[in-house]
Amino acid sequence: MAAEGSILTFQGLTLDYTSAAGSITALSGVGFDLQKGEPLVLIGPSGCGKTSTLLLAAGLLKPTSGSVMVDGAAITRPREATALILQEYGLLPWKTVFENAALGLRIRRRARAEISERTLAALAEVGLAQFAKNYPDELSGGMRQRLALARALTLDADLLLMDEPLSALDAMLREGMQDNLLKLWHARGHAQVLVTHSVEEAAFLGRRIAVFSARPGRIQAWVDNPAMGELDFRSTAAYQDCCQELREALRKQSQYEGVSQEEALHA
Amino acid sequence: MRRLLGYIGALAAILVFWELAALLINSPALPTPVATIPLFGQYALKLAPDFAISLYRVVLAMLIGTALAMPLGLVIGRSERLNTFFAPLLYLLYPIPKIVFLPVLLILLGLGDAPKVVLIALTIFFQVLVTVRDAARTVPEAAIISIRSLGAHSFDVYRHVVVPACLPELITALRISSGTAIAILFFAEAIAGSTGLGYFIVDSWAMINYPRMFVGIIAMAVLGVLLYECFDLLERRLLRQKAH
Repeated sequence: MAAEGSILTFQGLTLDYTSAAGSITALSGVGFDLQKGEPLVLIGPSGCGKTSTLLLAAGLLKPTSGSVMVDGAAITRPREATALILQEYGLLPWKTVFENAALGLRIRRRARAEISERTLAALAEVGLAQFAKNYPDELSGGMRQRLALARALTLDADLLLMDEPLSALDAMLREGMQDNLLKLWHARGHAQVLVTHSVEEAAFLGRRIAVFSARPGRIQAWVDNPAMGELDFRSTAAYQDCCQELREALRKQSQYEGVSQEEALHA
Repeated sequence: MRRLLGYIGALAAILVFWELAALLINSPALPTPVATIPLFGQYALKLAPDFAISLYRVVLAMLIGTALAMPLGLVIGRSERLNTFFAPLLYLLYPIPKIVFLPVLLILLGLGDAPKVVLIALTIFFQVLVTVRDAARTVPEAAIISIRSLGAHSFDVYRHVVVPACLPELITALRISSGTAIAILFFAEAIAGSTGLGYFIVDSWAMINYPRMFVGIIAMAVLGVLLYECFDLLERRLLRQKAH
């Protein structure tokens, strides 16, 4: 990886949501630094602010305090070279596979020939070229996931943000898609932030893994996983160790939460 | 093709029922189809301009009503603040049968096309406004976040997500309200002016020419089926695109 300098920096970041029920702190004092080309994974329980972290990085949410820097500049609105893939993929059912993949380029008002060329190339890269004229409803779950990926690929992003992109897939398909994500990362060399619930996915796809705690979301522990990066990593001892370390970190965190809940009950 | 056969079957059933009812009731006010249908040829030329003007009024009114209501409905539906402001207004105005404004419109706008078009447009306006607003409110948030992350500004969000998401509901609203539109058209034409199918019907009535009146009634029915079918066709095309 040609990795020099930071692509994404969170500093002392706090995010409050105001709703009808009052103000909720979603993230508290979150800070990390992502190097160019580095694969980072965020893992933690539901409601720990992982999705908010991605929306902040994409420039779709404004922090209550603290700062988000992308490629050296404070981010205030979505940036051209950042791609975001949501859990539901954000595919539009009334557009064809081709049009869904081309959406980012259309919005950027690129020339027709360029849109066609880059979209077809991206669809070919994820193996959907022959489905260009179909609609998303005609695709399987794994194919829809690949379509979302193709849309991101057309943008030539240097920062890829993914919110549980594989959670809707069954276990067999899931490992295959994890392999695909790893291959793409090798081929493209982008930095990526992947949000997941799965320990195995985190260990396979994260060189560093941030373990989040819930309410307010904060980074409870960091797990380093320098040996990741090969397709056969799952069969190594380092992979098992990393999974083990992650499970312990998550268990510690849930015990901690259990204690604080008890305290809350006695208070 | 199957649709066409269905129509022919339904038409035959209606004619049989009509014939039986006419024979049973045995009143000059309900002539038999056997007596009425041959008159179609006789009145076709006389009827054509009235049919054309009625079609023109209802189509123009639906276009105007939709053109005004659709953007407003989209914007209100996507803005919580605007909705809080407009919702009570809508709930008060929506249920009022707009036909009651006919006398006011006749005084203000005369006896020509204007009051009829305005009255129908008013009805369509509220129907479309409420439907489109509700549809715009339920556009999936994931689709909007996703397109905004691609750098889309408001215009692109509307163009690629909100408008296409609301289109099927819009067409359904228009299809359902086309019946109301024709009813209002009949009423307005019957009460004021001397053109259109509504006038043709009450004019025949005044002349106690019941077969002629029924020719007008059938023409109005044809107008209604025509509109309904147009929207139905559009709707099925859109839905097919959406579903597959």
